[in-house]
Amino acid sequence: MRCDFADSLLQGYFDGELSGRRAAEFERHLRHCAHCATELVDLDLLRDRLHLAQLYEPATASVRRKINARLHAIAPTTAASQPRLWHWLAAAAALLFVAILLWRVGHGPRGDDYQAELAGEIVDAHVHSLQPGQMNGIVSNDERVVEGWLEGRARFAVPVRNFTNDGFALQGGRVEVIEGHAVAVLVYERNGRPINVFIWPTREGDSPPRTGSRQSFRWVDWRRGKREFCAVSDVDPLDLEHLHQLINSSA
Amino acid sequence: MNDFDAEDRLRFEQLVLPHVDAAFNLARWLLRSRADAEDVAQEALLRSYRFFRGFHGGDARAWLLQIVRNTCYTWLEKNRPMELSIEFDEELHLQGCATPETLAIAGDDRKRLTLALETLPPRFREILVLRELEGCSYKEIAAITAIPIGTVMSSLSRARRQLHFALVNSPQGARP
Repeated sequence: MRCDFADSLLQGYFDGELSGRRAAEFERHLRHCAHCATELVDLDLLRDRLHLAQLYEPATASVRRKINARLHAIAPTTAASQPRLWHWLAAAAALLFVAILLWRVGHGPRGDDYQAELAGEIVDAHVHSLQPGQMNGIVSNDERVVEGWLEGRARFAVPVRNFTNDGFALQGGRVEVIEGHAVAVLVYERNGRPINVFIWPTREGDSPPRTGSRQSFRWVDWRRGKREFCAVSDVDPLDLEHLHQLINSSA
Repeated sequence: MNDFDAEDRLRFEQLVLPHVDAAFNLARWLLRSRADAEDVAQEALLRSYRFFRGFHGGDARAWLLQIVRNTCYTWLEKNRPMELSIEFDEELHLQGCATPETLAIAGDDRKRLTLALETLPPRFREILVLRELEGCSYKEIAAITAIPIGTVMSSLSRARRQLHFALVNSPQGARP
C-alpha cells in the first residue's frame, strides 16, 4: 500500500525542497515507514540512472547559427566592425518585417491560423504578466491617470473605464509588444483574479466577439470603433463576456 | 521591435542567449524530435526577442523556457493534436505505450531511458526534464509550466512513478 507521504513530502525531501521543520517531520516519519524508505532508494537509483545516461541534448551548432542569423536579420547589431552595407540591409529587412507585421495586425483578411497565433502571443503575454514583479506599467484605479499614461506610450487613444461597481476593478495599464506592434493593456481584477484587456488600432469594422481558450486561459476578441480588443483570463467565461459588454457599452 | 537599440540587443545576448541549450533541450524532449526542436527553438528565441522589452530582470532561463514551452504546445496543437488529447489518461498510457517488448528491443540503457521518457504524457515528461536534466527548482518549474508549487510535487511523484514503472517492467530494464 502506498503511504500518504509518498506523493507530497517524500518528493520534496528527495529534491531538497522542504523547509527544515518539514524535513525533520518527514525524517521522523521515515524511521518507521519502510515504504517511504524503499521509495527513496528507488528515486535515488532512478536519478543516478538518468544522469549516467546523459540525456541532456544541448543546442546543435546549426541551430545556434540559424538563431544568430535570424536575430541579426531583425535587429541592429552591436558589432562596430560591420560594413555599412550590412547595416542598410539589416535596416531594410527589419523595416520590411515590421511593415508585414503591421499589415497583419492592422488588416484583413485573417485566417484562423493567424487568429490562433495571435491569441497564443496574447495568452503568452498574459501568463508572463502573472509572474511576480512583472508589472511594469502604471498602477492606478484612476481612469484619467491610466488613459494619460497610455496615450503617451501607445501612440493611439485608448478608452479607459473603471467598472468597480460592476465587479471589475481597474488595476492599471501597460504597453506590450505583440507581433512587433505596440499594444495597450488594461488590467482589471475580478474576484481576486487578473484580467488583461489588450487593445490595438484596426481599420476593420466592428465585429461580434470570438472566443477561444489556450491552456487554462480563455480569451474573447472583438472589434469596435476602430479598436480591436482581446480580453484574457482564467475567470469564468461569463465574466469575460460581461466585461466585453461593459467595455462596448461605454465606448 | 523596430525601436530595439544596440543596448537591448546586448542585454538580450547576455541574459537570454546563454540559455539556448536549455531551450533546445526542452523543445527536443517535448517534441521528441531533434529536427522539429531546431525549428521550434528558433521560433521561441525569436518570440522571446520580441517579448524582451517586457522582461525586467529575474530568472532569464525560466522566462525563456516558459516561452519555449508555450511555443512547443502551440506547435503540437497544430501538428500533432493527438498527443495532447491523451495526456491525462494515465491508465491508458501505462497499458499502451512503453511495453516491455519495445523497451527490451531498445538496446542500451540510454535508449531504454529515452524511449521510456518519450512515452510519458508531455506534462509529466516536461516536469522530469526540467527537474532531472535542467536542474530547475520547484519554484522555477511552477513559473515555467504555470502550475502551483503543490501540483509540481504531486506531478513529479506521478511522473517518476510512471517512469519507474515503465523501466522495471522491461525484462532487462530493472538495472542497467
